[in-house]
Formats: sequence, structure tokens, C-alpha cells
Amino acid sequence: MLLQQILNGLTVGGVYALIALGYTMVYGILQIINFAHGEIYMIGAYFGIIFIASVGSNLSVSILLPTMFIFAMFFTACYGFTIEKIGYQPLRKAPRLSLLITALGVSIFLQNYVMLTQGARDKVFPHTISENINSSLAHFFSNILPQKYVVHNNLRILNAQISFIQLLIILTSIILMILLNLLITRTRTGKAMRATAQDLKMASLVGIDTDKIISTTFIIGSALAAAAGIMVAIYYGRIHYFIGYIAGIKAFTAAVLGGIGNIYGAMLGGLVLGLVESLSSGYISCEYKDVYAFIILILILIFRPQGLLGKRKGEY
Amino acid sequence: MLKQNSNLASARLGGLVWAIWIGVIVVPFLGLVKTGYLVLAIFVLSVLRFAKFTFIKSTIVKIRRFKIPKINPIILSIIGILLLLIVPMFFNKYFQDVLVVCGIYILLSLGINIVVGLAGLLVLGYIAFYAIGAYTYALLSIHFHIPFCLCFPISGALATIFGILVGLPALRLRGDYLAIVTLGFGEITRIVLNNWDELTCGPNGILGIARPSFFGFKFTAPIHYYYLVLCFLVLGIFIFNRLNNSRIGRAWVAIKEDELAASTMGINIVKLKLLAFAISAAFAGVGGAVFASKMTHVSPESFTFLESALVLCMIVLGGMGSVRGAIIGAACLIIVPEFFREFGNLRMLLFGVAMILMMRFKPDGLLPYKRKRLGSE
Repeated sequence: MLLQQILNGLTVGGVYALIALGYTMVYGILQIINFAHGEIYMIGAYFGIIFIASVGSNLSVSILLPTMFIFAMFFTACYGFTIEKIGYQPLRKAPRLSLLITALGVSIFLQNYVMLTQGARDKVFPHTISENINSSLAHFFSNILPQKYVVHNNLRILNAQISFIQLLIILTSIILMILLNLLITRTRTGKAMRATAQDLKMASLVGIDTDKIISTTFIIGSALAAAAGIMVAIYYGRIHYFIGYIAGIKAFTAAVLGGIGNIYGAMLGGLVLGLVESLSSGYISCEYKDVYAFIILILILIFRPQGLLGKRKGEY
Repeated sequence: MLKQNSNLASARLGGLVWAIWIGVIVVPFLGLVKTGYLVLAIFVLSVLRFAKFTFIKSTIVKIRRFKIPKINPIILSIIGILLLLIVPMFFNKYFQDVLVVCGIYILLSLGINIVVGLAGLLVLGYIAFYAIGAYTYALLSIHFHIPFCLCFPISGALATIFGILVGLPALRLRGDYLAIVTLGFGEITRIVLNNWDELTCGPNGILGIARPSFFGFKFTAPIHYYYLVLCFLVLGIFIFNRLNNSRIGRAWVAIKEDELAASTMGINIVKLKLLAFAISAAFAGVGGAVFASKMTHVSPESFTFLESALVLCMIVLGGMGSVRGAIIGAACLIIVPEFFREFGNLRMLLFGVAMILMMRFKPDGLLPYKRKRLGSE
């Protein structure tokens, strides 16, 4: 039971961590809460389902999965880029409240845009395809892992069972986080991003094109959120246009929990939040699942506003 | 001339690039045909942006130059009172109802104006206080049959207590952090109302709240509620103005401008911030009680985050820190959309666009408010 809850928690936590990275990177550079980020995640999930609906059913899983991720991440990144260019860039010198209101406006716009174009009902990720993905993954992993770990297309660890889709979610989040970490620490762009997060004005004085760096940040954050969106669509099997709001708030909680502006903090915060949520809904009460996130958020902000790993100011 | 032409050409090119770009990213959602129309529309609009609308521009200038003739303030106020008291009687019931809703929202925006507009504390969960007022009224009238004259102050008082409870931890926080904590509080309130079945009947809400009666006179028609709301509004505006022009109001503005400087000037930051929370919560609590008595039904879905955002937008739209800003903002966001009912769901989409455009082109609101300086006249 405990191990089971921990594994479920890690699955959800990986998703929260991916979304939280977008919040924390933008906050690190611009010190704004990008309220529209939850909606970006929702758009990513819709792109996944749109892709499946148009081409999905006749591709094999080994082609389908990567192309779906690339398609959705690319288009969602385009959304992030466009939102930043149209909504936020003209307001660089405006007071914070204006940016917050703009973000709310973008968020309301995107929700209704998706509702109007895709319908207000739940969108279903075809069950046959997710079954198919799970069994192909099981087949793939049964070649690697000893036979006793694979039971009925599920992964069996001691007395806990998770589906291979959950394993996929955990692994994909870890891989994406490692890639992001490499990008931030090893590349020129990453260096420029770190510099911009430390001091935007100073970075622009030493010749960094800060507008470009801000765009890059939005693009990376949106692509990560899209990956999270697709994985949730596969895992839960259904999405609707309102999922972005609550996921956005929780991911923001994760970002604050880890220390906002700190990308390792966002990763840790996401995992911790996922664990807390699944353990508390397993052992205390499921109805108040969403409340725990908010209570953690409030307690953290009051008693340790810099978060678990954070310095107060935006810094990677 | 040549430069102008090349400017225009590059503007056209830029418009075309943007139009195609937007087209590319919306194709998967909209389908090919609708995207085509959208791209065309964006391109035409972006080209038109550079056209010379001499006619429209000159009209705008004329309107700006037009000075409102001075009328004796007494006559003006008499006309105003007549307009507010008599004219709504001749509206149909539907529109009277819209006016009542608008009045409740003006009350709310006055309340949030105290904490956001004057004291500069960004609160995103304001609707929680409204919910507490509404549920208090509902529970009191269902279980205890308390006369409604008493219900309003009790609802206001309970909301005030909650305001202080939220305000206490919020004292340590600033800016965005405060915004998020209050948002969390608002969501917790809604989720608790949704799940505490024994007290709040869960998602179904409380039905059959008694309509208020006053010395045997029962409030039934929308016009009765209109006068009720009007009374509360007059009271609310009176309180707001008295506070705004007193030491307290000036202290709030000082805290908003610079907290450190204000505290060195001898302003008790803790007391005044809590006071701002308490009074604004009281406004929301009374507003919620009026809402509950009018609807005779309350349920958690009336108190979502969107409502908090809506109230905040009202004061941003109207211009912060003033009564007229609150009134204009609430009227724009409640009455104007009523005329666009046919647009249905497109309404919220346009609302989002309007918020973005407003922040870009007129961030101080429709009627920016400048505080009167002492001794400047």
C-alpha cells in the first residue's frame, strides 16, 4: 500500500515537476507569475489528442509516441512564444499588476478558445491506443527486465503494481529534466539564461539578447508543459478545457515549495507535492485532495517563503 | 514620401507574417477553412491599422474637446437621484434584475478597492468573503429564522472575522506571494463548501432561503431588491469616501507607495493592513448576504476563482482607488455583456482579449483617478 502510493505519487509528481519548471524559469527571469502556463499544459494535452485523432490509429507505437510528443511540444512551444510576444513583451516596463491581469486575460482567452473550437465536453484519449501503448511498452521492457517483474502488462515491484504508462511518465519526466539540466549548465544559451535570471539589465549590457532569451525560456517551458499534458492525457484517458487551472495552481505550489526561480527546486517540489498528495489521499481523505496542495502552499509561503532549496531572488 | 511607402510596405509584410504565423498555430484547433478566414481578418486588420482614419480621429478630438457645461450641483444631484429612484421602475423585470446584480458587484468592487486600490495588497481570493457572507445568510435564515435585518450585519461580521484571519498570515507577505496565498484561501473555502455535506449540502448548495421581509412587507420583485441594493450602495459609498479622505485612507495609500517610509512616519502597518482586510471583507460579506437573499439559493459554483478575477478586473478596468472607477468597471463588465448575450460563449473569449488589450493600451483604467493633494486648490 505504502509503496503503491509512493509510485503513484511519483507519477503525478513528475507531471507537476515538468509544469513547475515553466513557472519557475519565467519567474526566475521576469519575476512574474505566468498564470497562463496551466492553460499551455492543457493546450499540449489537446494537441496530443488532436494528433491521435487525425493520424494516430494506424501507426505503430514506436513511431506514434515520439511523433506525438514532438508534434505537441512543437506546437505548444509556438503558443508559448506567441503569448509572450503579444501579451507580455509590450509590458516589460509596466507594473506587476498589469502583467498579472494580462496573464489572467490570456488564461481566460485560451480556455474559451479551446472550449469553442474543441467543444465543452470531455475529450477522450482512445482507450485502445493507450492499451496498445501499454502492452508494447510491456513487451519492450520484458526483454530487458527479469520475467517476474512483468505481470499482466503491469510492472510489479514487491507488492505494488504500476502500469507501464506510469513508468513511461516517470522516465520521460526524468529524461526531460536531465536534458534541461544539460541545456542550462552546459550550453551557451543556458549560460545566457542564467545570466539573465541573475540580472536582466546587466545581462543585456554585456551583449546578451535578453528578449531572445526570454522567448527561449517561454518556448522551453511550454514544450515541457506540453509533454506533461500528453502524459496526463494518456494516463487518465480524458481531458477537458478546464484542467489547466487546477494543474497550474498545483504546479505553481510545487515551484514555490522548491523555491521559486530555482529549477532544481521545481523538480524536487513537484515530486514532493505528488507524494504528499497521493499519500494523504490514500491515508486521510480523498475528497480534500486539492486542499492539501493549497495548505502546503500557504504554510510554505508563511514560514519559509524562499522554499526548500531557494534563495529568495530569482536565480538558478 | 518614399520612407512612408517603405514603412507601409514593411508594416504590410509584418502583418502578413503575423497572420500566417497565427494561422499555422491555430490550424489544428480550427480546421483549414475557419483558419483561412481568421488569417485574412488579421491581415486586413493589421493593414488597416496604418490607414489614416482622419474622420474618426477628428471625431475623437471633437469629443475630447467637448466640455460638459457646468450645472448647479444641487440640480445635478436631484436629476441623479430621480434617475436612480424612478427610472428603473419602468424597465422590464429582466433588466431590473441585471441592475441588482450590477449593484451587488459595485459593492464588491468598492470592497476590493479598499484592499487593492488603496492599501495596495493584491488579493485574488476575494470571492471567499462573498461566499462566507452568502452561506452565513443562507444558514441563518434556514435554521434559525433570524429576521433579515439582523442577518446582514451578522454575515458582514463573520466575513470580517475571516478577513482578519486571512489578513494575519498575509502580513508577512508582499506582492505576488500575498496574491497566491489569498488565491489559495479562496480555493480552500470553495472546496470546503463543496465537500462539507452536513453543513453546506455539498455541491447542490442550500435551497429555499426565505425571502426577506421588513415589517410585514415581503421582498419579491426585482425592483424591491433594487432599492435594497441601492440603500447598501449609498451606505457603502459613504463609508468608502469617508475612509478614503481620512487619516486612515491616506495611511493606506502611504503603505501602498512605500511600506518602509510609511512605518517610519509612524503609521501602524499591522493595524492598518488588518483594518483594510476587515473592512473589505465586510463589504463582500454584506454583498454575499444580499446575493443569497435575492437568489434564494447558494451553491459553491457561484464562488469560483473566475468571480474573484472578474471583481479584480472591474476595478482595474474602471481605474483603481475611486468610487467612480468601481461603478464604471462593474457596469462595463455586468451590463455591457448583457447586450452581447447572442454571442454566447464567444463573450468570455472577447472578455479575455479585452483584458489583454486594456492592459496594453490603457493600463490605468478608463477613468484614471488622481488623489487630491492637500492644499493644492
